[in-house]
Amino acid sequence: MRSDEAIISGTGLVKRFADFEAVRGIDFQVRRGEAFGFLGPNGAGKSSTMRMVSCMSPRSGGELRVLGMDPDRKGPAIRARIGVVPQQDNLDLELTVRQNLQVYGRYFGLTRKEVRAKAVELMEFARLTDRADHDVQPLSGGMKRRLTIARALVNDPEVLLLDEPTTGLDPQARHLLWEKLFQLKQRGVTLIITTHYMDEAEQLCDRLVVMDGGKIVAEGSPAELITRYATREVLELRFPPGDQHAAVDKVRDLAERVEVLPDRLLLYTEDGDAATTRAHDRGVRPISTLVRRSSLEDVFLRLTGRTLVD
Amino acid sequence: MLSIVDNPRRTAVLQRVLPSGSYVGLARRLVERSALLYARAWVVLLSGVFEPLFYVLAFKIGFGALVPAVTGPGGLRLEYAAYVAPALLVASAMNGAVSETMSMFYKLRFDGLYDSVLATPLGTYDVAIGELSWTVLRSGLYAVAFFAVMAVLGLVTTPWALLLVPVALVVSMAFAAVGMVCATLLRSSAQFEYIHLLVVPMFLFSGTFYSIDVYPLPLRWVAELSPLYHGVELARGFSTGVLGTAMLGHAAYLVALTAVGLYGTSKRIGRLLLN
Repeated sequence: MRSDEAIISGTGLVKRFADFEAVRGIDFQVRRGEAFGFLGPNGAGKSSTMRMVSCMSPRSGGELRVLGMDPDRKGPAIRARIGVVPQQDNLDLELTVRQNLQVYGRYFGLTRKEVRAKAVELMEFARLTDRADHDVQPLSGGMKRRLTIARALVNDPEVLLLDEPTTGLDPQARHLLWEKLFQLKQRGVTLIITTHYMDEAEQLCDRLVVMDGGKIVAEGSPAELITRYATREVLELRFPPGDQHAAVDKVRDLAERVEVLPDRLLLYTEDGDAATTRAHDRGVRPISTLVRRSSLEDVFLRLTGRTLVD
Repeated sequence: MLSIVDNPRRTAVLQRVLPSGSYVGLARRLVERSALLYARAWVVLLSGVFEPLFYVLAFKIGFGALVPAVTGPGGLRLEYAAYVAPALLVASAMNGAVSETMSMFYKLRFDGLYDSVLATPLGTYDVAIGELSWTVLRSGLYAVAFFAVMAVLGLVTTPWALLLVPVALVVSMAFAAVGMVCATLLRSSAQFEYIHLLVVPMFLFSGTFYSIDVYPLPLRWVAELSPLYHGVELARGFSTGVLGTAMLGHAAYLVALTAVGLYGTSKRIGRLLLN
């Protein structure tokens, strides 16, 4: 198989609920072996898209192909070859860590011998071997998440779908999880990730689409998107809330673009330090200043006029 | 088979009743899960064996002493314990099936069990059939225990009585199927009361303790709607060895309920989780 083939493709994909259109005609293609992201705020239509791809939600319109098949007609065949990590962990709380993996493997039609070996291998991968025969309930959030991911790998999926994989985890747990996902990618597993964390998208995704209000508003690699929609650097000028408006006119021509947030101004410029000096020369006195590189957060702000996490 | 495929209208009906992907034949894997759980809690299973013992003892030793011989199927005179025991056997299958399927409410609404299962190749019919099968298996175990208690107390007098166990399985199947539909319709655990409101009168008024012939005609029709009534008639017939063609009707009623219940359960799970 060619590495650039589309393993998943959506064309004009629509998801409609009773009186609400969650996904409003999106086009996207995921290539085999890449890590593909859906970045957007809550309610952007990311999860609805993921559920359609995992054959757990019939599409309302448009075309969708997963592993070359139509989810409406080949649901079980597709699900046999993908792994699903839902937004909310739904581990089997009445079973132990090991049993969770074994029982789940049986749902995929694996033999008892196969699931026994698979459980050992996956507990090793998820660093849960020392918890093998413990109940699931008392595990930490990070451990539960790793077990959910391990469980989704029990059928050696070609594609792993992760819906908000690190939401609610502490920084350490997040980094461990990212490391695990990176390992999977190196093994050739195609990853599809939804997130509203731009750092996660930058860390993990080769390519991503930015979603807002059920539509795709931009597509590319994180670096491409930043180059296309933001400048190299951003100067942040923090003010007491409300005071920022007075400074807008003084700094407007110092940057390619100025964004006004409730407590600060963002100046998009190629040289943040130079802009800092010039703003100071014009008598602008913020509480604090910060020069940083542009991120996907800035891309999102540019595209939608809103911040990602609010 | 071919004619079904060739006829577009029939294909459409089939597609409606059994949408593609809703059954892949892995239902038994869900039964394995239940068996694994109960292997950890086998004492719970054991407790279900004591229930019939208490029931039969109460009627044999206590209540039976107050009631003279009663008239059973075909005008047969028999002691009250022998009259009521087969009915209690199927009533216990009903109770077991209802309480087991009510746990589906939690698995569906809170535990996310079926969400995780439906992300695997299993379909909604696999879930419905898997849960139904486990309930029936468990009921079968209790029915065997109940039957053993009856035998020990001298209440088994004909080889036909061996069919009490399969009758219990069919009753359990029908109640499990309908119970699952109810479990998917509940919105809170407080609504379990509605189920009690149905089950308790069914237990008392379905000919379990006396023949429904005592009711005036319209009431008798109502009693005949009760699935338990049909189970009781089957059980009492086999227990006394008095058979009749009406038994085919009783069995057909229970099987039909099972089919409708499975269809309804599969549809409801699909509507709730695959939307």
